[in-house]
Amino acid sequence: MRIKTFATLVVAAGLLLPLMTLANEGESFPHAGNDPYNQASLQRGARNFMNYCSGCHSAKFVRYNRLAKDLAIPEAELRANLMFTSDKPADTIQSAMPAQDAIKWFGVAPPDLSLITRSRGTDHVYAYLMSFYRDASRPTGVNNTVLVGTAMPHVLADLQGVQTAVFKTAAVAGAPEFEKFELPQPGVLSPEKYAEFVRDTVNFLEYMAEPIQTTRRDLGVWVILFLMLFTGFAYLLYKEFWRDVR
Amino acid sequence: MASDNSGTPQGGGLWAWINARLPLDKMLKEHVTEYYAPKNFNLWYVFGALSLVVLVNQLVTGIFLTMSYKPSAAEAFASVEYIMRDVDWGWLIRYMHSTGASAFFIVVYLHMFRALMYGSYRAPRELLWIFGMLIYLALMAEAFMGYLLPWGNMSYWGAQVIVSLFGTIPVIGDSLAEWIKGDYYISDITLNRFFALHVIAIPLILLFLVVSHILALHEVGSNNPDGIEIKKNKDAKGVPLDGVKFHPYYTVKDTYALGVFLIVFCSILFFAPTFGGMFLEAPNFDQANPMQTPPHIAPVWYFTPFYAMLRAVPSFLGTQVWGVLVMFGAIALLFFLPWLDRSPVRSVRYKGPVTKIALGIFALSFVVLGYCGMKPPQGIFPLLARIFTCLYFAFFLLMPWYSRLDRTKPVPDRVTYDAH
Repeated sequence: MRIKTFATLVVAAGLLLPLMTLANEGESFPHAGNDPYNQASLQRGARNFMNYCSGCHSAKFVRYNRLAKDLAIPEAELRANLMFTSDKPADTIQSAMPAQDAIKWFGVAPPDLSLITRSRGTDHVYAYLMSFYRDASRPTGVNNTVLVGTAMPHVLADLQGVQTAVFKTAAVAGAPEFEKFELPQPGVLSPEKYAEFVRDTVNFLEYMAEPIQTTRRDLGVWVILFLMLFTGFAYLLYKEFWRDVR
Repeated sequence: MASDNSGTPQGGGLWAWINARLPLDKMLKEHVTEYYAPKNFNLWYVFGALSLVVLVNQLVTGIFLTMSYKPSAAEAFASVEYIMRDVDWGWLIRYMHSTGASAFFIVVYLHMFRALMYGSYRAPRELLWIFGMLIYLALMAEAFMGYLLPWGNMSYWGAQVIVSLFGTIPVIGDSLAEWIKGDYYISDITLNRFFALHVIAIPLILLFLVVSHILALHEVGSNNPDGIEIKKNKDAKGVPLDGVKFHPYYTVKDTYALGVFLIVFCSILFFAPTFGGMFLEAPNFDQANPMQTPPHIAPVWYFTPFYAMLRAVPSFLGTQVWGVLVMFGAIALLFFLPWLDRSPVRSVRYKGPVTKIALGIFALSFVVLGYCGMKPPQGIFPLLARIFTCLYFAFFLLMPWYSRLDRTKPVPDRVTYDAH
């Protein structure tokens, strides 16, 4: 009987296992290396976002005072350095650029970034910000290997410099295959510093997509510990009652 | 609980007062404290109780979600984010509901597979099985309509695809699809009616069916892994010799099972609530956009076996209705299971090798089809889907023959049970 119970458990696990292995699907990008517990990184990310992104992109589900509280930013500092489009800390982050103008200038309105890492994936967003390259055929002068034909200009060009992309000569007719980036014209930041800058920014984007994430995980540990204790006692109680069943 | 052997509560007090007017004590005995269940239930028998727990979870969290959710195309998506960010503990309630939806299908699929293994659908449990199947249908409708409510882009396009299935029906198809949507496309009107059906109509139907399912179960008594009737061997008082009282024996066992289940459930809820995009899909974090189709539309995992069958069937005679027929046929066949199985024994334990292999193939088909349904229809997947659709149907359509002709082992008089 024991063996049979075990066998059924294995079958059940076998039925569920394909689901588990499916869990991590999709395009593979190098890991962004986010750490939602690194508050210093999140604070830098907030600064980067407000200075380089929020001019065009909104984060309409995120409130200034909530992020100040979560990221331990004093209100004075929040008002002085992070709030450009509003003077009420309870407001959500709106973009300064009217959507109609954006469509006229870029062809599309810049997407809201509240949930961007959840809809595209953190690694995808990280890779995107690392992958702008010079392309004179585009109206913005740059293209992107992650999102080919992107309408977004390389707003971080003065930090990163402008990369050029090297393509393999295509073996088969069609699109040439991307090989590597070169950086003939470096920016203010070294490549390492730029990667760090992007990591902080994406870390902050991930925070905005799910502000509760760290709380959720911390609470989860206690919930699971309690459930293990509960299940242990439930098991003993079960054994105790079933002793009489012959 | 003061009561004598005649079953009439004695003494004064509130309990006796109530029981003189409402048979509470009688019902408790009939369904809980003196309901005798076979003592040889194994792990597979916990999923019925667990699905009841998940149902209650969905109802309770659903009520709280309704307090902050806005069923309108303009506000739905933002109201879900409002729940996730601004409502106290809203994120927990929402994740409990979204994880609960997938958990519901996991426990129900395992519960159904248990019935398949041990022949729990065989006479006299046909009606019990049919109520169970109706619950499954209601659950699919509930899940489908609930999935539209967050008004994400996958919600929108998923609903678009499924409603268009009805459009393939000849003659009435287009008007039927229009009638379901209440509009020419999935719109605010569709969202509103799906909301009404999701929070009122189908939960009421579900509750009615669940009560009927349990009443039917308690009328005929539970089957068990040996597939034999415990009512055949009773003691002088009429108590089945191989039965134990549901309470406390199975309430305590199910509590233990609940603990294990909650560890798994909460691990997903707290550490991977999107489950890598399977429970909450990435495109659903973009608001519904009729102008932008997600790169690859697939329903949530619990519908993918049927979705794979739908796509496996080519269209001919100028219509795609065949795939739709196959998909609904795959579900309809399950209703006839009590009459397709002609084996002299109920449980797989005493059935022959052919039946065992057939059951294995069926389980495999379901999993493979589920996998194919998640993948874009390219490469090996259309072929795999076709092969396993055939195997899925063969399991049912050939059952009247292989179940009758297959070897069987002698069935014992009493259940197999090792004391703890």
